[in-house]
Amino acid sequence: MKKLNLTLRIWRQRNANSPGKFETYQVRDISPEMSFLEMLDVLNEELTKKGEEPIEFDNDCREGICGMCSLVINGIPHGKLHRTATCQLHMRHFKDGETITIEPFRAKAFPVIKDLVVDRSAFDRIIAKGGYISVNTGSAPDANAIPVPKEAADAAMDAAECIGCGACVAACPNASASLFVAAKVSQYTFLPQGQPERKRRVLRMVEQMDREGFGNCSNHGECEAVCPKGISIMNIARMRREYIKASFS
Amino acid sequence: MAFSVDKIKEAQTLDGRLPDGPIEQKWDRRKNELKVVSPANKRKYTILVVGTGLAGASAAAALGELGYNVKSFCIQDSPRRAHSIAAQGGINAAKNYQNDNDSIFRLFYDTIKGGDFRAREPNVYRLAQLSLDIIDHAVAQGVPFAREYGGLLANRSFGGVLVSRTFYARGQTGQQLLLGAYGALMRQVDLGQVEIFPRREMLDLILIDGKARGIVVRNLVTGAIESYVGDAVILATGGYSNVYFLSTNAKNSNATAIWRAYKRGAYFANPCFTQIHPTCIPQSGDYQSKLTLMSESLRNDGRVWVPRKKGDKRHPNEIPEEERDYYLERKYPSYGNLVPRDVASRNAKMVCDEGRGVGEYGRAVYLDFADAIRRRGIDYIRDKYGNLFEMYEKITGENPYEVPMRIYPAPHYTMGGLWVDYNLMSNIPGLFVLGEANFSDHGANRLGASALMQGLADGYFVIPYTLGDYLASVDLPAVSTEEKEFKESQKAIEEQVKRLLSVKGNKTVLEFHRELGQLLWDEVGMSRNEKGLKMVLERIPEMKKEFWKQVNVPGSDKDLNKSLEFAGRLIDYFELGELMALDALHRNESCGGHFREEYQTPEGEALRDDEHFSYVAAWEYPGDDETTPILHKEPLTFEYVKPTQRSYK
Repeated sequence: MKKLNLTLRIWRQRNANSPGKFETYQVRDISPEMSFLEMLDVLNEELTKKGEEPIEFDNDCREGICGMCSLVINGIPHGKLHRTATCQLHMRHFKDGETITIEPFRAKAFPVIKDLVVDRSAFDRIIAKGGYISVNTGSAPDANAIPVPKEAADAAMDAAECIGCGACVAACPNASASLFVAAKVSQYTFLPQGQPERKRRVLRMVEQMDREGFGNCSNHGECEAVCPKGISIMNIARMRREYIKASFS
Repeated sequence: MAFSVDKIKEAQTLDGRLPDGPIEQKWDRRKNELKVVSPANKRKYTILVVGTGLAGASAAAALGELGYNVKSFCIQDSPRRAHSIAAQGGINAAKNYQNDNDSIFRLFYDTIKGGDFRAREPNVYRLAQLSLDIIDHAVAQGVPFAREYGGLLANRSFGGVLVSRTFYARGQTGQQLLLGAYGALMRQVDLGQVEIFPRREMLDLILIDGKARGIVVRNLVTGAIESYVGDAVILATGGYSNVYFLSTNAKNSNATAIWRAYKRGAYFANPCFTQIHPTCIPQSGDYQSKLTLMSESLRNDGRVWVPRKKGDKRHPNEIPEEERDYYLERKYPSYGNLVPRDVASRNAKMVCDEGRGVGEYGRAVYLDFADAIRRRGIDYIRDKYGNLFEMYEKITGENPYEVPMRIYPAPHYTMGGLWVDYNLMSNIPGLFVLGEANFSDHGANRLGASALMQGLADGYFVIPYTLGDYLASVDLPAVSTEEKEFKESQKAIEEQVKRLLSVKGNKTVLEFHRELGQLLWDEVGMSRNEKGLKMVLERIPEMKKEFWKQVNVPGSDKDLNKSLEFAGRLIDYFELGELMALDALHRNESCGGHFREEYQTPEGEALRDDEHFSYVAAWEYPGDDETTPILHKEPLTFEYVKPTQRSYK
């Protein structure tokens, strides 16, 4: 397949306190089989050889499951390919001669650390408020003691697939974390094990989400559109019902 | 000076502190012997846990639940991203829910045999016992395992076994188990029992009066070198497959924490026992940054084949049935496509070496679902493996529902690791090692779906018991980060950082790592021989010299600098690579993933030498980098499973 020559406009920022700006780079002879991050590796190798500082970007598993990679590619978190994390996006989806703009996930609750790397620890603090079932180790009954209908288990799994990347926040005009929170709330709402803490969980998680400076949901649906795992916006409706029920009882 | 087998000094044999009694009573007996710390005293202890994968997160959570003060460190931006998250296929447990005659004994037996008789019987038996508790606990945590319509849990099969004992959550079992453990960890954070320290990399272990009392880490955001004091240190930092550069491990997975502990005196056991996983997506170019695993569970329904003829370049769908060689089914009729990983990988290499490999470079075999789709329908296959097929298509651009997958072996897991006794404590008092970072349970080859089981058994159900015994048995005077041991370590780390940044040569860290990785893959990978291993021992010292003359590490030590992180890890990989080669060279036998070409049966299977090599090889750092390490042997005895030539025919 034909190799690609590309122009990259990449956000460079020293740290959270310095202003950032776009820098333009050229990359040549990019194989269409490369992943997007491998293309950035190639650029970083060239920059290093030239004595310039490479571009920092978060990444780890490079197989779409750890949620560490981010990037807004041509205005879309994780790029234009549906249900695909940046690390799973390959260069065969780009055209020779194209200009690609690469930015960090932008949200008040996700301050930039350096270049394309942002701080998403707000998500951890939300999970700390209720993203679990409060059982101590060693006290569980036999795993088959409580049957769970297959439909409920499947629905819980659909919600549980969230990788916590934060694309939903980056895509939302209000920088809301509703889809992230709703996915966790929904997972446990479907399961019998999640019932005892049902009200407390949703109240505490939503309260923490607000405290972190995330915006409110106003039904744009951008979150579902960019989610690499295709988490449904139906979860947000479910979280709202849960929240209202919990607030009035 | 290169290491040499002739210069290996043997020191005293090691005692694994195994409990007495019949095997099914050993763990109970040990628990009865262990001292317990009272609830009021637990809060006086601080435990440092490094790593937040299944072993580290479960340990930190369980210890927090007990009332210990826990400090939890991880290299990623959140504990939830540790590499356990990428485990796909499942977790084993001897529940016998399928009524297929599974039992604790059978899981124990399969694991000992799968490990080619190079693991400790008592450890493996305990693992099989604890497998039951893990599933119970994970279900109570809300892990959404696959279920049948009746509401009970579903199972599937993995390699090397004849029963269905693998529990799974689609192709994301590791993710769901890790998020369960991460949730439990974050609950303890909310309760004030655990404090988390993300984006920290452990660079040294601190011993005071011979006991593990602290760690030194680099804050990856600010570059600051930070010290932390504890009453015990738990390493759960995973394996070292990234020594090969190309592996299925995440980019940040590395060996530095265990390697620096080795250099402080912890013994490194069986470093040459590495697992090459048979079903990975083949390399597509020189720029390749990592390899992606396709779950072993696919071998439940996929059939492995290559063309009968050499160099057959026809499209796979045009090759008629009689011109295909389903070589695993042909050679191993009773296990077929579900032979253990080492056997499957070696056979893939053999057919490719014969010139029958497929794909652009001839280094791949087919994994074909056409029969399963005909038999069960496309919806059945989609339901079971949909996300894996999707992942394959994203990476290769090919649709595996229509064209067979192309797969090839890749480094995936390391059975070797720091030596630990039955209580999971290393030879350094107060240093415990859990999960893939230790060497304990898988012998020379790990069976599929057993890594998750071991990580969680160690973290949830072993360390909460054994740690208390240590704390109750020793005197631990108060220490601070002002002790000279911390100061000296910090200074040495700062000097190494400065030295790395000052070389300013013409080669990047990545170039050096690729070169080392290729060398180890060729000579200490799927098959090894004396000549190649000796060459590695000569070559690595030269590479180290070149590195310190020619490396170019850009940027500063005052902020986020990935090049600097990777440079530090590479220094340790050079040394680890040497130890792997030495271990492989000294072990004059083949077993599991360690295949020495000189030692094979007429059919090309691994040929063990139980008379001379039925031991764990634990290596001691001799105090400098040039002297050949010191060998401690821990003899292995088999009372319940008689070692035989492994057969999967």
